[in-house]
Amino acid sequence: MRWRRVKAILVKESLQIVRDPRSLVIALLIPLLQMFLLGYGISLDVKQIPLCAYDREGSQASQDLLQRFAASPYFALQGQAADYAEVGRNLDNGRCRLAIVIPADFSRTLNDAGQGVVQALLDATDTNTASLAAGYAGAVVASYSSAVQLKSIERRGGSVQTLTPVEVRARVWFNEDLVSRNFIIPGVVALVMAIVGAQLSSLTIAREWERGTMELLISTPVKPLELMLGKLLPYFVVGMIDACICLALAVFWFQVPFRGTLPAMAFTTGLFLTVVLCIGYYVSVSIRSQVGASQVALLLTMLPTTLLSGFSFPIDQMPPAVQTVTYLVSGRYYVTILKGLFLKGAPWTELLLPILCLTLYALVMILLAARAFRKTLD
Amino acid sequence: MMGEAAAGVIQVCGLVKRFDALTAVDNLNFTVQPGEIFGLVGPDGSGKTTTLRMLASVMRPDEGSIVIDGVDVLAQPEQAKRHVSYMPQRFGLYEDLTVQENIRFYADLFEVPQSSWTARVDRLLLAADMAAFRKRLAGQLSGGMKQKLGLICSLVHTPRVLLLDEPTTGVDPVSRREFWQILYSLRAEGVAILISTAYLDEAERCDRLTLLHAGSMMYCDTPAGLKARMPGAMLEVVAADPRRALAVLRDLPGVQGVLLVGVGVHVHVDAPQRLASVGAALAAAGVAITTIAQVEPSIEDLFVALLDQAPVEESA
Amino acid sequence: MTANAAPAQIVVDALVKRFGDFVAVNRVSFEVARGEVMGFIGPNGAGKSTLIRILCGLLRPSAGRALVAGIDVARDPEGVRRRIGYMSQKFSLYNDMSVVENLRFFGGVYGVSRADMAARLRFAVDMAGLTGREDALVATLAGGWKQRLALGAAILHRPAILFLDEPTSGVDPSSRRRFWELIHALAQDGVSVLVSTHYMDEAEYCDRIALVNHGRLIALGSPLELKQRSLGGELLAIEGERLGDAMAPLQRAPGVRDVAMFGSALHVLVDEAALRLPELEQQLTAAGWTNVRARRIDPSLEDSFVHLVGSSAAQAGAAA
Repeated sequence: MRWRRVKAILVKESLQIVRDPRSLVIALLIPLLQMFLLGYGISLDVKQIPLCAYDREGSQASQDLLQRFAASPYFALQGQAADYAEVGRNLDNGRCRLAIVIPADFSRTLNDAGQGVVQALLDATDTNTASLAAGYAGAVVASYSSAVQLKSIERRGGSVQTLTPVEVRARVWFNEDLVSRNFIIPGVVALVMAIVGAQLSSLTIAREWERGTMELLISTPVKPLELMLGKLLPYFVVGMIDACICLALAVFWFQVPFRGTLPAMAFTTGLFLTVVLCIGYYVSVSIRSQVGASQVALLLTMLPTTLLSGFSFPIDQMPPAVQTVTYLVSGRYYVTILKGLFLKGAPWTELLLPILCLTLYALVMILLAARAFRKTLD
Repeated sequence: MMGEAAAGVIQVCGLVKRFDALTAVDNLNFTVQPGEIFGLVGPDGSGKTTTLRMLASVMRPDEGSIVIDGVDVLAQPEQAKRHVSYMPQRFGLYEDLTVQENIRFYADLFEVPQSSWTARVDRLLLAADMAAFRKRLAGQLSGGMKQKLGLICSLVHTPRVLLLDEPTTGVDPVSRREFWQILYSLRAEGVAILISTAYLDEAERCDRLTLLHAGSMMYCDTPAGLKARMPGAMLEVVAADPRRALAVLRDLPGVQGVLLVGVGVHVHVDAPQRLASVGAALAAAGVAITTIAQVEPSIEDLFVALLDQAPVEESA
Repeated sequence: MTANAAPAQIVVDALVKRFGDFVAVNRVSFEVARGEVMGFIGPNGAGKSTLIRILCGLLRPSAGRALVAGIDVARDPEGVRRRIGYMSQKFSLYNDMSVVENLRFFGGVYGVSRADMAARLRFAVDMAGLTGREDALVATLAGGWKQRLALGAAILHRPAILFLDEPTSGVDPSSRRRFWELIHALAQDGVSVLVSTHYMDEAEYCDRIALVNHGRLIALGSPLELKQRSLGGELLAIEGERLGDAMAPLQRAPGVRDVAMFGSALHVLVDEAALRLPELEQQLTAAGWTNVRARRIDPSLEDSFVHLVGSSAAQAGAAA
C-alpha cells in the first residue's frame, strides 16, 4: 500500500469534484433542499381539523359545547349546517373532516336523564387523522361533560373535591412540546446523509468506465484498496461538511434541541457515512453506467432509510418479519443514535449497542467494497 | 522470425483466449526484440485488442504464456505492469485536469522518482510539440493532441515495453506523422513497441508485423519479406475507362483478382509474364490504356491475396 | 466542372455550419455529377459527418447553399430525404431483428411500394450475399455482412444519391473490397455516391476526392491529380543500415525539401528525383552508411495531405 498512489488518486478526485459544477451542486445544495422540504413538508401533528357543526337544538347548552370546539386548537370550525344533507355534502367534498351533530333534545336529556348524546361523524379516509380527531373530540366533550357535572353538583350544594377519583398527569419526556418536527428532523439528517453519500460515491467508478479511463487505470500498479481509499476520502470530507450543514440547520433554523455531544455526533456520522459510501462504491463497481449506478445506489440507501429505519414509522409497530429485516438496515442504527443524541442527550453507554452494530456494518462494507473491485476486464 | 534463439523482451507462446463459444485469440506465438516496432495488423474482431489486453495484464489468457522483460506476466501481473506501458484503444483522459496534472497523476501511480520526473516530462512535451499546452485542460485539446498526451502519460515511467492499441485511428495525418516520430525515437532508445492497427498502410511503418485473422496469426515477417511472399505479381493498368478494363480482365485466365482504383485497375496475376496477355486482352476489347506495369503490392493486396488462399469462414 | 452535360446531382456552394463559436463546416464548395463516386477524406473532427447530415436535411446550414437532386436542403429537407439513401457509421441495423425484418422495416420507412417490395428485398438480400440466411438475426452476422446489408437497406427505394458515412470502419479488407465493387456497380447505374472516410487509402477507389481538415476543403480533384500537384516535389525511398542518424545530414543536402522516417527507410522529398537519387546515394555511401539503396516512389495521399496542411505549428491549438 503506497501512500503516494493514494494521494495521487485523492488529488485527482478532488480536482474533478471541484471543477465539475454538477457534483458540487449535488454535494452542497441537495442537503439544504432536502432539509427544508422534509422539515417543513412532513408534519405528523394534527391541528386545525376542519369541523362543521349541525346544531338541531340551538340552545345555550349546545352553543356552549360548540364554543368549546371552536376554542380548541385542534379544531377549526368551518360553519354550521342547516340539515343532514348539508353535513353529508361537506364531508363528501372535504370541506370538513369531522361533523358534530347535537340532537334536538340535547338539553332536556342532559337535565332530565343526566345523559346527553352527541353524534360525531368522521371522514376516515385517513385513519390516523380520523382516530386523532375522534380522540380530541372525545376529550372536548369529556371536558364539557365534567364541567356540566361540576355545575350540577354545585347546584345541589355538594363539594367538588371528592368527585375526581383518578387523574392522569402526563409528563412528556424528551419532546415536551410533542412537536413532530423534533423527531423528524434527526431522521431527515440520516436520510440526507444516505442520499448524498450514495449519490456521490456511486458515480465515481462508473464514470471512469464511461469516460474510458478505467482500462488505463487497471493497467497501472495501483491496488484496489488504494483506489478505494483515494476515491472515497474526498467524498467523506464532503459528506462530513454536509453533516455540519444539516446539524446547523436543525439546531439553528428548525430549533430542534441537540442534547448530545459533538464528538459523538461526528463519530457516529462518520461511521454511517462510511457505510453509505461503501455501498455506493460497491454499486459503482458492479454497474458500469453512471445512470444505472446512481439509481441502484439510491434504491439501496434511500428506500430502506426512509421506510425501515424508524424514521417515518416506528419499528416496533411493524410486523415481526419486517422488524427482523430492519436489523440489516444501517439507517436503523443511525436514526436510533441520532434521536438519542438530539432529543435524549443519551451518553455513550446508552448508545453502545447501536454504535457497535454500525461499526460492524462499516467494517463489513469496507471489506466487501474493497474486494469487489477486480483488476481485470473479465 | 519466430523460433530464433535471441530472447526477446516480449515472448508470447501458445496464447489462447476464449469468450464462450468464440475463440478470440487462437494460439499466438511471437517474440519482440528491444528496439523493434512490431505490428499486429488485422481488421476488427481479429483479436488485436484482446492480445494487447492480455499482455497488459488487464485480461487473463485461457492458455499460453507471456514473458515480458523477464517477468512471467501470468504469475506476477502486478510486477509486470511496471515494465509495460499500455495505451488502450478507447482511452480517455481526465478532461477536467490539465495536461500537466494528467501526466503527474500517472507519474505518481508508477512512483516515478521525483528527481527525474520534471526533466522527463519536459522532454516528452517538447518532443510532442505540446510544451505550450501544459496548463490547458485535457478536454480542450484536439483529437491528435489527446492521442499524443495519452502517449506521454504512458511513457512517463520509462517503460521497456510499449503496447499501443490502434493509437492513430481517425487522427489527422500530421499528428499521425508526429506520433510516429516519437515512436521512432523511442525505438532508437531500445524500447520494444507492439502496436496494433487496422490501417494496412500503417503496417508498412513497422519493422516486423503479423497479419491476424479471426484470432490466428497468418504470417509474421518484415513488410518487404511479406510482399516477397505474395504469390504471383501485381500489375497496374492506367486506363481512361477503368470499369471497362475491370470487366474485360475479371475472367481472364491467370488473373486472380482485379481491383478498381481511381486511376485504373490493379490486377493480381499468377505470374509477371501475364503482363503481355493482359495488355493484349485489353487491346482486343478496344480499351485504351495509358500504361501497364508491374508494381509493388500493398499490404492490403497482400492481406487479401493471402486470405483468399486460406479457406475462410465469414460468418460470426 | 462535370464531364457530361447533365446537371450535377449535388451542388454545394460556400456552405457554413456553426455550433456556437465552433465552425464545423467552413465555406465548403463542390459538385458531384451523376454516377460519380466522391470521397470525403479527413481525420475525425474534420466536419465530414456534419456535412453529410446537412446534405441529408438533418441539420440546417448556417450560411451558404446546398442543392441535392435539385432541391435546396434548407428549404425542403423532407423532399431531399425522399430522394437519398443514407448509411451511417456503425450501420444502424437492429440487432435483435432478422435480415428480412430489417429490410422490411427500412423499406416501409422509405416508402417502398408493396408491389415493389418483394423484388427489392430479393435484390438487397442477393447483393449482400445473404440468400438462404434471410431469417438470421443481424446480431449473428459478421461485420462485412452487416455492412452489405446496411447498404442494401439504404437503396431499397432506388435513390439517385447515396451518402455513406464511414461505411468501412473496422471491416476486413476482403469485405471492404467487395463493398467497393458494389458501390462502383451502383455508380455505373447512375447513382451519385458521396463517401466519407478517415482511411486515406480508400481515396484510391473514388473518382474524385475532397480533402477536408478542420471544416475546410483543402484540396479537390482526382487522386492522381492530388498526388501529383500537391507534393511540391518527388519522393524517394532510401533504405540502408541504421539510417536514423542520416536524417540530419540529408536535410541539409541540396534539393532536399523534407525528410521523414518510415519504417526502416527514409522518405525524402526532393525537387527532382532523377537528379538527386544518385547524388544522395553517393553522399550517404561516402559518409559511411552501408547497403544504401534509393528508389523513386509514388507519394501516398497521406503525404499529400500532410504537405497541403502545412507544418505542425499550424496545427497546434487548433481545437481552441
